[in-house]
Amino acid sequence: MTTASREVEAARQRSLAGRARLLGLVSRVRELGLLIVLFCIVLIVGIQAPRFLHIDNFEQILLSVAILAIVAVGETLVVLTRNVDLSVGSMVGFTAFVTAYFFKELPQSNLLLGILLGCGLGLALGVINGLIVSFGRVPAIVATLGTLYAYRGLDFIFASNTTSQVNASDVPASYLALATTQIFGIPALILIAAVVAILVGYYLRASKSGRQLYAVGSNPDAASIIGIRAHRLVFGAFAASGLLCGLAGVLWGARFATVDATNATGLELQVIAAVVVGGVNIFGGSGTIFGAVLGAIVLGTLENALNILNINQFWLQAIYGAAIIGAVVLDAFITRWLQKAILARRKHA
Amino acid sequence: MNTNRLKSLLFTWEALLVLLLALCIVLGGMLSPYFLTAFNFYAITSNIMEIAIMALPMTLIIIAGEIDLSVASVLGLSSVVLGLLWDRSNSMWLAIGVALLVGLVAGCINGLLVTKLALPSLVITIGALALYRGLAYVVLGDQAVSDFPTNFTNFGFSPIPGTELPWSGLIFAILAIIFAVVLHFSRLGRQLYAIGNNKEAARFAGIHVGRIKLILFILSGVIASLAGVIFTARFSSARPDNAVGFELDVVTVVLLGGVNIFGGRGSLLGVVLATFIVAVLQNILGLLNISGDIQSLVIGLLLILSVLGPNLARRIQSLITRRRLAAGSVGSSKQL
Repeated sequence: MTTASREVEAARQRSLAGRARLLGLVSRVRELGLLIVLFCIVLIVGIQAPRFLHIDNFEQILLSVAILAIVAVGETLVVLTRNVDLSVGSMVGFTAFVTAYFFKELPQSNLLLGILLGCGLGLALGVINGLIVSFGRVPAIVATLGTLYAYRGLDFIFASNTTSQVNASDVPASYLALATTQIFGIPALILIAAVVAILVGYYLRASKSGRQLYAVGSNPDAASIIGIRAHRLVFGAFAASGLLCGLAGVLWGARFATVDATNATGLELQVIAAVVVGGVNIFGGSGTIFGAVLGAIVLGTLENALNILNINQFWLQAIYGAAIIGAVVLDAFITRWLQKAILARRKHA
Repeated sequence: MNTNRLKSLLFTWEALLVLLLALCIVLGGMLSPYFLTAFNFYAITSNIMEIAIMALPMTLIIIAGEIDLSVASVLGLSSVVLGLLWDRSNSMWLAIGVALLVGLVAGCINGLLVTKLALPSLVITIGALALYRGLAYVVLGDQAVSDFPTNFTNFGFSPIPGTELPWSGLIFAILAIIFAVVLHFSRLGRQLYAIGNNKEAARFAGIHVGRIKLILFILSGVIASLAGVIFTARFSSARPDNAVGFELDVVTVVLLGGVNIFGGRGSLLGVVLATFIVAVLQNILGLLNISGDIQSLVIGLLLILSVLGPNLARRIQSLITRRRLAAGSVGSSKQL
C-alpha cells in the first residue's frame, strides 16, 4: 500500500513538474501557440501542394507581408499603451501618393530626399493624432476614426488638385528599385522590415521608455503615480506609428508603382488583425513586436496558401475574420489557464 | 433658480446640436436654390435612413460600454441572402424573413462571444466585420441580384403617398420612439446607464449584465439586417459590397450625438439630431458638387471637434473657476 501510494505521489510530482515546465514555457513565449499554428499551416498546405514549400514562395510571402509588418510594428506601440490607431490605412495611402507624386514631378531628385519627405509627412500626421489624443484628451478610437476620414479626404483633395494617378512609367527606376533591389540575395523590402522590427523590438525590451510603455498600458493610474509621464509616452507612440506609416507609404509606392488616392484603404483592419493574432493584448500592457510580426506572417501565409490551394478568393476575408476571432478566443483561454495554473501553484507552495 | 435651469438647458449638448442643425439648414438654403425643396427633403431623409436606423441600437450598446463594428457587414450579408433567396424562391416574404434571421444569428454570435467569454467587443466585432462581409462575398461572389419585384422597389424608391417622407423614414420614426422610451423611461434604460457607468457595481446591484448585453447585440444584428432590407430596396440591388464602411458613419453619428465612447452617458435625442446634421451636411456638400471623399473629411473633423471642443471648453472653464476661486469670489459657477 505504501509503495503504491509513494509511486502515485512520485507520478503526481512528475506530472506537476512537467506542467510547471510547460507553464513556464507558455508564459515566457506566448508566441509559441502561433508558431505551432504557422507550422501546421505550412505542413498541411505543403503536403497538398509541394510548390508551396519552394523557397521562392516563402520569399513571396515575406514580400507581401513586409509593408503590413512595418505598420503593425507601429500599431503595436500604440496598442501597448491601451490605445488604438485606426488611421494607419489613410496615413499609408496619403504618404504613398505624395511620395510617388514627388518622384513624378522631380525625377532627378535625390532618392533619400523623397524617403525623408514620406517619413516626415507620416510623422506629421502621427504627431497630429498624438496631440489630439494625449493633449486634447480625446479617446484614441474617436480621434483616429476622425483622422481616418480626414487624412483620406486630404489625400483625395491633394490627388484631385494634382494628378489623379501616378503610374510606374512616371517615376524614376531608382525609386521602384527600393522594392526590388536584392542585398545578399534578399529583397531590400524584407530587410527593411526586419531591421525596423528588430530595432523597435530591442527598444521595447531593453530601453527605459520601452518598459514604461508596458507600464502605461497595464495600469495607467499606477504608472502615473510612480512618475511615468503617460501622456508624453502615448504621444510618442502615436508619432512613431505615423513615422512608420510614412516609411510604409514610401515602400508602398515603390512596390505597387501605380498609386492613386484609394490606396491602402482598409489596411487598418489587416494591421489590427495581425497585431491581435500576434498576441498583443488590445487592452494594452502585454505583447511583443515579434508576436505582431509573426501575426502578420501567419495572415500572409494563410492568404498565400488559399491562393495556392486554388480556394475561392471570396473566402479570404471570411477566413481573416474567423482568424481574428479564433485568435482572441484562444488567447482568452490560454490566459485563463495560465492564471488558474499560477494560482494553483501558489496554493501548492 | 429659474434662470439657472434655463441656462443649464441652453448649455446641453442637444441644444447645441439643434443650433448646429438650424445653422446647417439656413446655410443650405443660402448656398443652393435646390436645398429647400420637397424633393430634396425626401433625398436627405432616404439617404441617411439605414445609418439612422442602425444608430439606434448602437446608441444603447455604446451607453452600455460596448461597441458593435459589424453592423455594416451584417447589413451586407442580409442583403445578399435576401437577393439569393428571392432569386431562388421567388418569395419576397420568405427572403425578408430569412434575411432578418441572419441578422439575429449574427448578433447572437457577437453577443455570446462578448458576454460568455468576456471578450472585448471592439476586437470581436472587428473580426465579425471581416467575417460577415467575407461570408457575403462567399454567398454571392461578384454577382448581384437586381430583378426585385415592383412592390419591393416601390417601398425603397417612392415616398409614402401624399407626403414627402420615405417609407424607411416611417420605420425609423417608429423605432426611434420605441428606443427613446426604452432608454429614457424604462427600467432597462436605467440599467443600461448603470452598466455603462460601472459594470461591477451594476452586477452587485442585481442587474443581469450579461443577459442585457446579449439582448443588445441581438437587437443590433436584427436592426442591421432590417437596414439591409431597406438598403436593398432603395438601390434595387443585392451586392456583397453593399454599405461597406457604414459602421464608421454609424459610430460617428452616435458619438457626435454626445454619447460617451466609454459608456454611461448620452441621449437618443442627441443621436437623432446628429444623424440629421450629418445628412444635411452631406446633402449641402453634394449640392455644391463636392465629392464624397471630401465630405468624409468634413465628417471626420466634425467627429474630432465634437469631443475636442467640449474637452477644451471644460478645461478653460475649470481654469476660469480656479482663478475666480483664487480671487475669492466664490460665485454660482457650479451649474455643470
